[in-house]
Amino acid sequence: MSESATSPVLALRGIGRTYHSGEVEVAALADVDLTIEANEYVSVVGPSGSGKSTLLNVLGLLDRPTAGSYHFEGVEVADLDEVQRTAVRGRRIGFVFQSFHLLSHRTVMENVSLSMLYTGVPQGEREERALAALDAVELSHRASFTPTRLSGGERQRVAIARAIVAEPALLLADEPTGNLDSHTSDAILALFDRLRALGLTIVMITHDLNVAHRADRSVRIHDGRLADVVRT
Amino acid sequence: MKPTRLEWRDLIVESIAGLASRPARTVLTVLGTVLGISALVATVGIAQTAGNQIVGAFSELEATSVTVSNSGGFWGGGPQQAFPQDVEDRIGRLNGVVAVGAMGPVNVNGALASAVKLDDPLARNEFQIDVIAATPGILDAVKGELTMGRWFDAGHDARADNVVVLGPGAAEALNIFRVDQQPVIFLDEDPYVVMGILGNVKRQPSLLNAIIMPDGTARRDYGYESADTVQIDVSLGASALIAEQAPIALHPADPKVFTVRKPPSADSLRNRVEGDVNALFLILGGVSLLVGAIGIANVTLVSVLERVGEIGLRRAVGARRRHIAAQFLVESTTMGAAGGILGATVGILIIVILAASREWTPVLAPWIPLGAPMLGAITGLVAGLYPSLRAAALEPVEALRSGT
Repeated sequence: MSESATSPVLALRGIGRTYHSGEVEVAALADVDLTIEANEYVSVVGPSGSGKSTLLNVLGLLDRPTAGSYHFEGVEVADLDEVQRTAVRGRRIGFVFQSFHLLSHRTVMENVSLSMLYTGVPQGEREERALAALDAVELSHRASFTPTRLSGGERQRVAIARAIVAEPALLLADEPTGNLDSHTSDAILALFDRLRALGLTIVMITHDLNVAHRADRSVRIHDGRLADVVRT
Repeated sequence: MKPTRLEWRDLIVESIAGLASRPARTVLTVLGTVLGISALVATVGIAQTAGNQIVGAFSELEATSVTVSNSGGFWGGGPQQAFPQDVEDRIGRLNGVVAVGAMGPVNVNGALASAVKLDDPLARNEFQIDVIAATPGILDAVKGELTMGRWFDAGHDARADNVVVLGPGAAEALNIFRVDQQPVIFLDEDPYVVMGILGNVKRQPSLLNAIIMPDGTARRDYGYESADTVQIDVSLGASALIAEQAPIALHPADPKVFTVRKPPSADSLRNRVEGDVNALFLILGGVSLLVGAIGIANVTLVSVLERVGEIGLRRAVGARRRHIAAQFLVESTTMGAAGGILGATVGILIIVILAASREWTPVLAPWIPLGAPMLGAITGLVAGLYPSLRAAALEPVEALRSGT
């Protein structure tokens, strides 16, 4: 799976995703071409219902495209069986969700360690790696807390630590600042900048242009089609 | 790329953490299984304890009595196959026989019994009393005791002496309370010397109200042909063997012509008691367990529906469908096993308390306390199957969208 530094992390060609609602066919994505290089920070911006979440699901192998090809780290993943897709998703892709998706009854440490549960990281290494990830988001002092005792910004940082702990090739963030105030949002975006500086490839979905412009490159999506690409 | 995997240890830790995150609900759910398992364990234990107690009380007297009958039974209307005259010799030779005697009713053609031949129009002094012919060994075979006098012996029998022994009821009717003066009773005109008066018998209570005469005397005086009952007193534990051998000894050509009554074995008695109690309460325990299983299934299903977001998250970070199913299955199985362990404990406590209150010895087969947690676990496993499959069937996108 390892590729040279110059090859793209992902490449979409003619990707389509069509849903059927009874007799009606809805094209959530149509003919999407997108290439993202390693260590790139890309934002996908668009209004509600434009298809950006569908694009993120396809990128994160949470959903299958109904047309086109998707190369992830040089491998065609659109046609992989479910076990293989799960393996790629678990080992090479990190997710940050708008609503954090933290397990409220588990500690911060356990939440972060969850990403290593299925990927074969030895038991002895997990705590050390989780602490390192929490260090990266400046939350190691909250390791024994449960998420219910954390602020919104802290929760999102825990979610980011969980996303990066397995050392993914790609970090997918779905409206990571959607539930946060502007001050906390700035802190989270600054954290993405630092992760980007550390070499991580980031794709962020947002409907907020100000947030989108923090990325190296913004991709506008409308009615399931990539409308234009803006260098920021 | 290597498929993702979930270590056993992690699976158990995650499942227990899942249960621990909702402690009150878990405890209430486990309670259903506790009720079912404790009902089952207590039922089986009480049945075994009671069975053991009844067998313990089952008297040695019953266990050492074998009777052979030649009557035609309820519809037969009389002896079908006469016993040989040397019944006592034939049966007495068998190993395990302590005493043996034969007895049967004597048809005295309506002769009335009286103690004094006196025509008294004012007082009745003649009575219709049953006459029974018996061999000398019958006294020991029925574990009888004499209050006075003596029992007739083989000599009296062989000579067909005119002697009788009175049962206490017959003695009272005939107003005979002493035998030292050798009182005489009459059957119509025939006199018989009263040798003794019975005090009590532990078997064949018909002797208590009868005039008992030697077998030989009855043959000579009343054409008595054969006893209808052979009473055998056997050593403890020999009843089954003697019951099999006695008819052969009495009539080797066709031993099945006789009816043999032997005491039920301790095991069969215990099983019968246990069976009666078990049949009733096992249904109750089974229903309780079913209710417990439905409770687990219901709560696990609710848990799946509540944790859709968690399922989506786990799928996103690498959990395969089988990992999700396994986690919910282990959770439901753990609840069932916990219910089984607690239920077995409660059940055993019930048995011990009940036994202690009755001063019984608590008895429980060792496989029950060991098997109960297993049964609980199986209940949990089966109950968790459907919710687990539903959890595994969730698509990650849908799960992440539905759950928060």
